[in-house]
Amino acid sequence: MSALENVHGAPVEDERGATVAPRQRRPLRIAELFLLCVALTAGVGAFALVHLSLDGALPGSFWAQSLSLAALALGAHIVVRLRAPWADQTILPAVVLLNGLGLAMIQRIQLSGTPGAEGANAARNMQWSALGIILACLVIWFLKDHRLLRRYTYTAMIVGLVLVALPLVPGIGQRINGAQIWIHVGGLSLQPAEFAKIAFAVFFAGYLVANRDTLALAGKKVLGLQLPRLRDLGPILIVWGASLAVLVFQRDLGTSLLFFGLFVAMLYLATERFSWVLIGLLMFGGGAFAAAQAFPHVGARIDVWLHAFDPEIYNRRGGSGQVVSGLFGMANGGLFGTGWGEGYPYLVPFSFSDFIYTSLGEEIGLTGLLAVLLLYLIVVERGLRTALGVRDGFGKLLAGGLAFVVALQLFVVVGGVTRLIPLTGLTLPFMAQGGSSLLANWIIVALLLRISDSARRPSALPVRGQVGPGRKATGTREEDGDDAYARGGHEPDVETGARVVSRPGTTPTEIVRPHGDQGGDR
Amino acid sequence: MNTTLRRLASVVMVMFLALMVSTSWVQYVQADKLNNDNRNVRKIYREYGNARGPIVVGDQPVAASTPVDSPFGYQRVYADGDPQRAQMYAPVTGFYSLVNGTTMIERSENSFLNGQADALWVSRLQNLLTGRKTEGSSVELTIDPAVQQAAWDALGDQRGAVVAVEPSTGKILAMVSKPSYDPNVLAVHSTREAGAAYQELLNADGNPMTNRAISTHYPPGSTFKLVDAAAALESGTYQADSSIPAPHRYTLPGTRTELRNFGDEVCSPTDEMSLADALRISCNTAFADLGVQLGGDAIREQAEKFGFGSRFEIPMSSAASNYPAAGDAFTPDRVALSAIGQGDVATTPLQVAMISAAIANGGELMQPYLVQTVRDPSLEVVQDASPRKVRDAVSPSTASALTDMMVGVVRNGTGTAAQIPGVDVAGKSGTAQTAPNTPPHTWFTAFAPAQDPQVAVAVVVENGGTLSNEATGGRVAAPIARAVIQAVLGR
Repeated sequence: MSALENVHGAPVEDERGATVAPRQRRPLRIAELFLLCVALTAGVGAFALVHLSLDGALPGSFWAQSLSLAALALGAHIVVRLRAPWADQTILPAVVLLNGLGLAMIQRIQLSGTPGAEGANAARNMQWSALGIILACLVIWFLKDHRLLRRYTYTAMIVGLVLVALPLVPGIGQRINGAQIWIHVGGLSLQPAEFAKIAFAVFFAGYLVANRDTLALAGKKVLGLQLPRLRDLGPILIVWGASLAVLVFQRDLGTSLLFFGLFVAMLYLATERFSWVLIGLLMFGGGAFAAAQAFPHVGARIDVWLHAFDPEIYNRRGGSGQVVSGLFGMANGGLFGTGWGEGYPYLVPFSFSDFIYTSLGEEIGLTGLLAVLLLYLIVVERGLRTALGVRDGFGKLLAGGLAFVVALQLFVVVGGVTRLIPLTGLTLPFMAQGGSSLLANWIIVALLLRISDSARRPSALPVRGQVGPGRKATGTREEDGDDAYARGGHEPDVETGARVVSRPGTTPTEIVRPHGDQGGDR
Repeated sequence: MNTTLRRLASVVMVMFLALMVSTSWVQYVQADKLNNDNRNVRKIYREYGNARGPIVVGDQPVAASTPVDSPFGYQRVYADGDPQRAQMYAPVTGFYSLVNGTTMIERSENSFLNGQADALWVSRLQNLLTGRKTEGSSVELTIDPAVQQAAWDALGDQRGAVVAVEPSTGKILAMVSKPSYDPNVLAVHSTREAGAAYQELLNADGNPMTNRAISTHYPPGSTFKLVDAAAALESGTYQADSSIPAPHRYTLPGTRTELRNFGDEVCSPTDEMSLADALRISCNTAFADLGVQLGGDAIREQAEKFGFGSRFEIPMSSAASNYPAAGDAFTPDRVALSAIGQGDVATTPLQVAMISAAIANGGELMQPYLVQTVRDPSLEVVQDASPRKVRDAVSPSTASALTDMMVGVVRNGTGTAAQIPGVDVAGKSGTAQTAPNTPPHTWFTAFAPAQDPQVAVAVVVENGGTLSNEATGGRVAAPIARAVIQAVLGR
């Protein structure tokens, strides 16, 4: 583990074998503060370069904008320090940097003033970013324990399904560029699916943590695969149906893929059964294939993907012109990019939202894009690390699911614009212009920070058969049977409370994190 | 669940690796192919977005890029937008157009003008480090504005071309082609306007966009007699004063066709005359017979030494001048016709100028060139042309003999109109039949001063120019050559 870990890891290590309660010294989060300063410098620097390159001068509002971004980021840092002091220290700086670079690129495209850049609105996106950060702070402040969310498992399912269905409601639903994924309320255009992915992650985590045994163990074994019982398939069929409905009625391959991928991943996490992954992939693959046959717009996407440079498909309306134009932009950037404001990213339709990745590729080059991918990788892997460390099953599933959904969304977007997979209409998290996406992803960051605080907080567990010193967590643990299970890492029918007693050598600190890497695993 | 979490983390890692590979694939492996795709408008934007270097004549830019408020950033402007001057230089500069492509110097020096040439890597590296935009280099031409202007004015409203070359170096001092066009109308960014202007010029009378000096084939007429005379002298069997047959009329071998002299004149009462006199009065029958005596192969060999059969890269390619290939079809009657510059012989005005230039330069043919110096944006010299000898076209003694013969042409032969007081001008006229009932193309090629040549010039005026059927090279083209020589010599 990194040096960052030792900020609070060290005192815990000292407690090894001690009979006193672990010292609860809060980390000062110096690393996060330092990294935030680096991230803000890079973000504001990009903003300044854009203005210097395109206008030759900084606008009057430059310092006000930069300082408000810095104030928001530092405000978030203070909120985290107060309310989730043990939380991971790299997630927030990484996300602030991504958000800052995204804003700089949107500003750059807006400043180009070309017809294709009319949709770019950096100031508006700055407001959404601010709102997202504030929302994240509120979640961290008021959601004291992520396990509280488990109470709303089925509420979350209904919220998720309603959100998915909203764009189909006449009057508020909006069809933009062929996809019916928008709603229009009070002058705002929102993509409810962005929020639905959080609701579904909460629902899946709650549902799976309660039903994982049935899903994992009941059923016959065929050809080495543990097949589930038919009656356990119900909720899975619902999700499959919802995903295909999104595909069919809203013409949105990306969101459909995102929901189903999230569900399959969490199903696998919970049941440890590969058969579920296989069944899930077959079902989605079959559904998507049928859709490609039945619906011309899906089939056309496949054509565009496979034969992008074919002149006929290139020139076709709704053909590969956009993808290829994005590839031209990236190629123009080459290894080091043209520099901020020096390229022609605005030539690509939606260069500020769906295709912001190619815009960045053109101006900051392959080097810059690899750095951006690594920033996402940090966020995702720290999210998964949080899932490893957290002690309750619900938290594991939720953190794992949320981290994976960010990775999957990135994969679908970047894979789409680089022609790794067919292009779909998802937005690049934290960077692309779009209020819904920013708000939803900032909420995900807040949830990950909240869970990681819980994962890394040294807990005073019972020592040598005694009941612990009665922290708040004790009460929660009693009402949450899975917590104890997760700590032991064994099948739930093994009584874990007894295990601790039966192994007197196991010290509390070892259970928390013996070598900083084992989490609660066996 | 931790086992599956770890596996999921590995899956995530594979997904990210796939994205890194696909991104590298696009931006590194396929970048060249994508950047050169014809559908990639960035290629054009990239070029237009950078300041393109000027084309300079004398100290004045004849083509320059000026910043404009459009997505392209810069507009190419020729001769400061002066249509007359732009037309005068158009055959040299060509045009640089978003819609219509690029021609002439704009095309052949493109990599210097747009700053992408390999030789400019130091400048590009500096730009990369300092963050400055790439700027094009300036291309300075060998054209002398006074000579260009003189040639332009002297040609007047007649169709034709003038080329002036410095014999000792190959520097092209003037290159005029008429009718011409204004490249400014082709360089506008509006696709519709530029396209319409191009169509109009394509359909215009007299192909104004053609650079006649290097791209149009003309029958050389009697100017080709210089090649015959050179071949005769080089053969060793003839001297300037050797007596050759000069019949009143000459029957082409193997045919009943009678070849006559201009105006059916009698060349010599004795039907014989010296080689020098035959050239002086441009006796067709004498040279037709001389050609047959020398043979097609000897004349072709001499023509190729002067540059026939290959292109001059000046740096744009000239059309190669033609002398018929050996073969069954090239019978003695065709050889006789070719010897007087009719039939199957076809030359560019540049080639005729190079014949005179080689004779003027003691027999050494120099590589003709238009680009003298290329300077990068910080005015450092990137490339400076130095004269290059192509080959010895004739021996010095032959060159000297030919010079004397050509001086005779101007002193008291067909080229008296090219006389300049106090200067020995060496020249040769030509009057080339094209089609029945069509006025002939008139030629004059000359160099001066004969003993210390500063300039060699070739003039062609199509279809007799303003004199129409009355035209001869000596009357129509020689005065133009004289004007150009005077501009060079400053008299």
